[in-house]
Amino acid sequence: MSWSDAFLGTLKENDVRLVSYVPDNVLKPLLAGVNADNYFMPVSATREDEAVGMVAGAWMGGMRGCVMMQTSGFGTLPNVLASLVVPYQIPAILVISERGTMGEFNVGQALVARTMRPALDSIGIAHHTLDDDKTMPFVLDRSIKQAVATQSPVAFILSPLLTGGKTFKPS
Amino acid sequence: MMNRGDLTKRLVAKLKKDEAVIGGIGNTNFDLYAAGHRPQNFYMLGSMGLACPIALGVALAQPERGVIALEGDGSILMNLGVLATIAQLKPRNLTIIIMDNGTYQITGNQPTATKDTADIVAIAKGAGLSNSTWARDEKHFEELLSRRFDDGGPVLIAAKIDDKPATGQTVRDPSLIRSRFMQGLGTGRGGALDA
Repeated sequence: MSWSDAFLGTLKENDVRLVSYVPDNVLKPLLAGVNADNYFMPVSATREDEAVGMVAGAWMGGMRGCVMMQTSGFGTLPNVLASLVVPYQIPAILVISERGTMGEFNVGQALVARTMRPALDSIGIAHHTLDDDKTMPFVLDRSIKQAVATQSPVAFILSPLLTGGKTFKPS
Repeated sequence: MMNRGDLTKRLVAKLKKDEAVIGGIGNTNFDLYAAGHRPQNFYMLGSMGLACPIALGVALAQPERGVIALEGDGSILMNLGVLATIAQLKPRNLTIIIMDNGTYQITGNQPTATKDTADIVAIAKGAGLSNSTWARDEKHFEELLSRRFDDGGPVLIAAKIDDKPATGQTVRDPSLIRSRFMQGLGTGRGGALDA
């Protein structure tokens, strides 16, 4: 089974229906899978913080959701995480495709990537780097269950080791 | 010129079916609180510009419930993209109300772009929200709200309001707000601890 099918299967097993996203190349198989399966409610958002607001509202309305984004999109989130998700105790699930490492060609991506884990740490949001397709379903499943049980958000960083990342031809 | 507190009271008086109301940051949610707390009210204490996305999330999760986003002009200007998202999804149970005083009132009345140039209703229509209207006066505002909130949307109503401050102050306890809101929506755990 592909990493993306295993990932989506684990979301399903945990009743995560709403998937709000800002597209990304590395996320393509996840987004295609979400859009091809009637179980999911896919919503293309214009900004990542809009997607997080949506997932927060859906959670309070009784529907679990996750936000999918790329590394640079995470850079738009500290305010909504610190002023909505964390203080209101909303178990938002953040799925971030990791750019900026292991063969990055865009210096902007490489720099914003360095802010990601420190920002999550400073806001107190648990994060897991998923870099192995064998352990990924276990980490994802247990961490979603923990997020819901403890009413705490959680972030999953999809390493190029898992996804293959975005490659380029050096000139 | 209309007044936010007065319009908010008129809105709340129209709510008959436990509609959810998301009050945007600042004076918008202060006046919602001042209009009389309801279990289905959610008050934002930060995350400026996200009243509409939060309301959209509630509307998607509970398609049978009417959901209303109350937002200010400065806040909606910060997140205009959500209007395009809502127009694409067409949630029939979502209503957006924009209180437009042309200023960032809570930070000292600095002018916003709607003061002289930007037109929220025209922007909303351009985003694809065809059912967007300026309320001409209080009576027209009430007419626009004399409808069922769980169908016929998405609807956007904007009103030019005066620069009077809010008449109340929301309790600043996010976990309490979230917990009570979820109880109001029938999704909370609070009942487990009720006497």
